Amino acid sequence: MTHDHGSEREFQPDLEDSEPGEAELTAQAMRELLVEKGILSAAELRERIERLDAIEPALGGRIVARAWTDAQFKARLLANGTEAVKEFEIDMGDAELMVVEDGPGHHNLIVCTLCSCYPRQVLGLPPDWYKSRNYRSRAVVEPRAVLREFGTEIAEGIDIRVHDSTADIRYMVLPVRPKGTEGWDEDRLAGIVSRDSLVGVTLPRTPTAD
Amino acid sequence: MRRTHDMGGLDAGGIDISPHDVAPWQKQVMVMRQALGDHADKLVRVDELRRGIEDLDPADYDRLGYFGRWVMAMRKILVEKDVLGEGEIETRVAAIRQQRADARQAG
Repeated sequence: MTHDHGSEREFQPDLEDSEPGEAELTAQAMRELLVEKGILSAAELRERIERLDAIEPALGGRIVARAWTDAQFKARLLANGTEAVKEFEIDMGDAELMVVEDGPGHHNLIVCTLCSCYPRQVLGLPPDWYKSRNYRSRAVVEPRAVLREFGTEIAEGIDIRVHDSTADIRYMVLPVRPKGTEGWDEDRLAGIVSRDSLVGVTLPRTPTAD
Repeated sequence: MRRTHDMGGLDAGGIDISPHDVAPWQKQVMVMRQALGDHADKLVRVDELRRGIEDLDPADYDRLGYFGRWVMAMRKILVEKDVLGEGEIETRVAAIRQQRADARQAG
């Protein structure tokens, strides 16, 4: 039987056992039965995995770079994120995308306290820490301390706005464009926008810091 | 009364920011959910998955881990809808466990 992820543990990584756990066996059993009964097709599942693997967080960085250089796109993005990302051929499916803009006086942070809702269609698979008990619990009450654990210092005078995602609404941060990037093209700008800055746990790399 | 999944604001420890790989079986779980959601009969929607996870026994919630919760929630929903039977799932799990044990033994 698998080892016990007791609630007294601080961290909850998804560990790989040498022996498959109950969940893995059940997943395989369900998959086999669903395919045998013709409810799902093996080919479709394979194709979906390929698509999953192909989504990179870099897509989110390109969206930000476009918003930084094209004021009308930025306005569309902030007014209706779901519609605007269709311009990048992103289909949000049943969920809405809301893009929240950082400003000189405020910083946005995204969490899903109830499970781990995340804009997968834009950013790919969520990191383990985003899904962890500790992030889900603490981001809403002590965001500054949480950000410090990522090496991000937000000054006391700056408001931190924490957005709690739901099954229906996913959030992405539009960070402030760093000083020193004037005249940069979209590719160069996209290069300083990390996945983590789109969740709000870090800031884009500034040119002077490189 | 606060339910297990509603953990915003609870005391908790430091955040492990190291990246972890997603195992192949975990990707299978993700695409299975997607495919079931896109099925003509919408067999497992995102909000249904949430409800299934929130209905798990609190003792199971942590023990199962993230993808384990998805699997057990999907199982419950599919059984509720008579898409799969509890018995046939149990039988198949036992068969796979045996197959994989035999394969490990054979080396």
